[in-house]
Amino acid sequence: MPVVVPLTLREAIAALAEHPDAMVLAGGTDALVEINEGHRAIASGASSPFVVAVDRVAELRSWTIDPASRTITIGAGVTYDELMDDPLATLLPALAEASRTVGSPQIRIAGTLGGNLATCSPAGDALPVLSALDAVIQLTGPSGDRTMAVHDFMVGVKRTALAAGELITSVTLPLLDGWQGYSKVGVRNAMVIATASACLAVDAPARSVRLALGSVGPTIIRATEAESFAAEAVDWDHTAMSDDDVRRFGELAGAASRPIDDHRSTAVYRRHAIGVMAARLVRRAVPGGGS
Amino acid sequence: MSTVETVETRVEGRARDGVIGTSPVRPDGIAKVQGSFAFSSDLSAEGCLWGATLRSPHPYARIVRIDAGPAWRISGVEAVITADDVPGRLTYGLISQDQPVFASGHVRYVGEPVAAVAADHPETCRRALAAIVVEYEVLDPLLDPEVAVAGTRDPIHPDGNVLRHQRIICGDVDATGPIVVEGTYEIGMQDQAFLGLEAALAIPDPGGGGVELHIATQWLHEDRKQIAACLGLPETHVRLVLGGVGGAFGAREDISLQVHTCLLALRLSRPVRMQYSRAESFLGHVHRHPATVWMRHHATDDGVIVKVEARYVFDGGAYASTSSAVLLNAITHTQGPYRCPNAVVDGWAVRTNHLPCGAMRGFGVVQACFAHESQLDRLAEASGLDPVEVRLRNAIHTGDVLITGQVLESVAPVARCIRETAELPLPDEPIGGHDRDVMRLPGGAGRTADTGHIRRGIGWGVAMKNLMYSEGFDDYSTARCRLADGRATIKFATAEVGQGFVTIAAQIARTILGVDDVAIDVIDTAIGSAGSTSASRQTWMSGGAVDAACRAARERLFEHVGSVHGVDPLRLAIDGIDVVDTFPESGGPALRVPVAEASAGIDIDETVEYRHRPTEDLDENGQGNCHVAFAFVAHRAVVDVDPDLGLIKVIQVATAQDVGRALNPLSVLGQIEGGIAQGLGLAVMEEIIQIDGRIRNASFTDYLLPTMLDMPPVVATLVEEPDPQAPLGAKGVGEPPCISVTPAIVAAIRDALRQVDGVGKPLTRVPVRPADIAL
Amino acid sequence: MNEQYTLHVNGVDRAVTDAWLGENLLYVLRERLGLLAAKGACEQGECGSCSVLVDDRLVCSCLVLAASAVGRRIVTVEGLAERGAPSDVQQAFVDTGAVQCGFCTPGLIVAAHALLDRSPDPSDLEIREELSGNVCRCTGYGRIIEAVQRVAVARRETPQEPS
Repeated sequence: MPVVVPLTLREAIAALAEHPDAMVLAGGTDALVEINEGHRAIASGASSPFVVAVDRVAELRSWTIDPASRTITIGAGVTYDELMDDPLATLLPALAEASRTVGSPQIRIAGTLGGNLATCSPAGDALPVLSALDAVIQLTGPSGDRTMAVHDFMVGVKRTALAAGELITSVTLPLLDGWQGYSKVGVRNAMVIATASACLAVDAPARSVRLALGSVGPTIIRATEAESFAAEAVDWDHTAMSDDDVRRFGELAGAASRPIDDHRSTAVYRRHAIGVMAARLVRRAVPGGGS
Repeated sequence: MSTVETVETRVEGRARDGVIGTSPVRPDGIAKVQGSFAFSSDLSAEGCLWGATLRSPHPYARIVRIDAGPAWRISGVEAVITADDVPGRLTYGLISQDQPVFASGHVRYVGEPVAAVAADHPETCRRALAAIVVEYEVLDPLLDPEVAVAGTRDPIHPDGNVLRHQRIICGDVDATGPIVVEGTYEIGMQDQAFLGLEAALAIPDPGGGGVELHIATQWLHEDRKQIAACLGLPETHVRLVLGGVGGAFGAREDISLQVHTCLLALRLSRPVRMQYSRAESFLGHVHRHPATVWMRHHATDDGVIVKVEARYVFDGGAYASTSSAVLLNAITHTQGPYRCPNAVVDGWAVRTNHLPCGAMRGFGVVQACFAHESQLDRLAEASGLDPVEVRLRNAIHTGDVLITGQVLESVAPVARCIRETAELPLPDEPIGGHDRDVMRLPGGAGRTADTGHIRRGIGWGVAMKNLMYSEGFDDYSTARCRLADGRATIKFATAEVGQGFVTIAAQIARTILGVDDVAIDVIDTAIGSAGSTSASRQTWMSGGAVDAACRAARERLFEHVGSVHGVDPLRLAIDGIDVVDTFPESGGPALRVPVAEASAGIDIDETVEYRHRPTEDLDENGQGNCHVAFAFVAHRAVVDVDPDLGLIKVIQVATAQDVGRALNPLSVLGQIEGGIAQGLGLAVMEEIIQIDGRIRNASFTDYLLPTMLDMPPVVATLVEEPDPQAPLGAKGVGEPPCISVTPAIVAAIRDALRQVDGVGKPLTRVPVRPADIAL
Repeated sequence: MNEQYTLHVNGVDRAVTDAWLGENLLYVLRERLGLLAAKGACEQGECGSCSVLVDDRLVCSCLVLAASAVGRRIVTVEGLAERGAPSDVQQAFVDTGAVQCGFCTPGLIVAAHALLDRSPDPSDLEIREELSGNVCRCTGYGRIIEAVQRVAVARRETPQEPS
């Protein structure tokens, strides 16, 4: 049987250990597009498995909270529609907002957090959120388990640090105390790939602002200068920020982007859109101090 | 004309369900919701093989060598064919036959068919196509239509680089006025994007002397003519049956996979089916012409148009298709629905190494309308009038002379369309809605904006659209009516592409014949041509044919009843479902026989061809009675705009459309809403992008169609002034909805941007992209 | 082309033989099991024409690897209602004029059933968002929204078991 459908993580790991070149199939929303278009060769006729369908692995479909570290660990097989709904939506509002922008209801029902990571498109909607929250990715494979910061995991356009036979099992995110939100520009009001996107997350006790940018570089970009600027510019005691500083924050965010021209938009517009979105996001996070 | 009168009488009496003027459900509706309706892609046959097409990867190249050997060696591959295997004419085309069945010598656009294969599975086909070796000598493509106009480079086709050049000179070419406004407008390449991809099933006759093709098309007989010529068969040996059609919008007027499928089936003496993928579909059919339109209007201080000047350049792509007719439509609609005594218009349709362009809903008028409506807004501003007033002041009327010298004979309720649109309610929800749901704002779930970032604009568009074919084309439709035992069976070759002709054909039969039981026969080439389902023509043309066939059958019925009952047939009429004597002798019982009873045991069979009045070619100065009739429409769009990000959300479209007479009001509404969605798509999102002659967005991931979240509520009113020239008083309603809504939406965006800084942006190009607004 | 597996479709186990591993569920339903209602129009999950229910969840069958759906409950339009009798949603689509060419219709019928079963009284905006993955090129959606609203009202007035 060339499609293996493991029901436990142990079975999945065993299948991948035996066939490290197997295609891991989660929600299928990216993989099937490639198969349908003949871009991913899929052979038939041999006796060994070629596809490991992980969508029924119970461990990948669950999530847990660690109150001590104030973190949440989400299985790689959790779908966007689950991320959009409570209780996860309340715990991770930016991830819920990003999930709501993914494809269509049909895609959100099938597509998974782990799949978004594995595809590693610069336009992956969950990725700016994972970046802004400094997610840690748990992997398992033939040489055992390992963890990796999301930025080390994302290597390039549709390239990851995933090794042969390795599986993304979960993602650990901090439960931050502070406003967080996601914003995405697309040409249509539904079912659209991001022209540019941004996630802003505030860690209020740490008095820090994180800003991650999507679709404006080979992978997700953290706008570190803008972040440092905001940390200083925000009046944390009054949750306030001047209009000038909001504008400056937007400019720094735009400057951090490294967009290209393609058939979806232009580099100039993308940079501009990042600036506008970043300014609006920080104003939502810090409503006070405006005119 | 008595027809309209008669129809009126019927409906006013007692409106039976299912007659003209009511909205019975589609006869194919239940099958379609249950999924049992057979679309062309659902058809197969015992022993059927799959066909697939190898296409050019280059916009312009010379074919040096084709080696199909490696494909033949793949298990499951049954045939590989190229231009060498075309037994008949090597080229086809709707107007001029300049397009090769398979490229030989040169390829002229990315996607041009080079070879075809037949195999046991789509995946085998894919591998076979990948195995065919084609060696090309890449040539420098012609991609700038202005270069083709200038005539400064060698022809890329033996027929030359100019597909048509036509001017219109009308009145005083030196006329001018105190107000002059001008602009240059661009229209991007739109795709029809029907959902039901190209698909066909060819079943060869035993012995190979002929073929039966089940095909989703707009015009069975024209397809047959072209296919038979390429197959080298007499037309009688090629039978076409309409496979269920999943939308058309112009893209099925040209040949795509028809000849290839038949060739493979005949070669193998086995049934062959072909289906395009979405990516292939973008390459496999013609598109709406991208165009550049310059216009200059001269007007009085009062904003009354004195003269229009225009120059059009239409990029026809690699092959002619209907480019010459599309250009004619564009230039003859330069004035729009406005009086215009003087005109100087120059139009070019040229050949390039882009994707071929041809028919799409609106057919040239879309491009002209975006320009003239943008101009009318400039004229309004320059003359201090509001957009409604400037349009009312210039509105054309029945009896006015067009810039072609043709007298506008159609009912022309332009001012009424504008006024009735203006009276429709504006949206009552504020920006962002009372519930403040983020989905109500531009950007939607992307949460890009807050209410305070948004401006709301209102814009107008008004259009005139010709109906039926033009320039002397012998345009006719054929229908057959059989009447027996209370059942009417109607046959025609009219392509039902979703528009609902099958519904109104039955309505017409019920109305004319007084029967409730109406069957629609198989739609195929076993009857004369119905012409194309295009140019908003089938309600008029095939409706006229069905009407005429039913009337002929009714005369036979009256003769029969007259002879049975000893009554002069001329005194008989249909009242509801009965044959009645309209002049009963005083005192005697009035004759009243149910049609079901009167037609028992008889078999009436009438076939009629309906023709519209003749038209003529334009002369070299663009003068001539080239069009048959016109319909009119007004649109008002309300659009919320995020000026900083350039995102928009259309909030409402209001429209009043001149429909002549609504034979089926629900179907008319469906055409209006559907057309508006396509016009909205052109306004803000739909464009095929080619870079260096290569399409970059041949998928629904990147060629964006409006979704339910993009399409606003439509408030529509039907302007019903039956047109005495139309056989049922009804004008075609399919195209007008998609034409002026595009400029109305763009005008609304301009209006919103004007609120930001008092100036706004010219937005001279559609689709309007976020960058056009924001930067 | 030698995959063998069994799919549970519309309540019945159906054997699939001699299949190619790369076949998606849409292809298998249509070409191997003769269930032609679901339509293919984009092969990318961008149009919704191929929508089916897998374990009661609305998915694009073109994005499901058929062989991976073994053991799942698959429901297509053919399995939504008694043969011959249209469901309330199907009848409403016909009555309101929500059907023109009909190519998107089977997918929309499945999606509308899923929506109304989950949310019996959807707002206009909810209908739009939940059906935004189903593209229709003919109707402009107005009548489709009306059809869904009409069913919601009718079900409120005459409570019934969800289909």
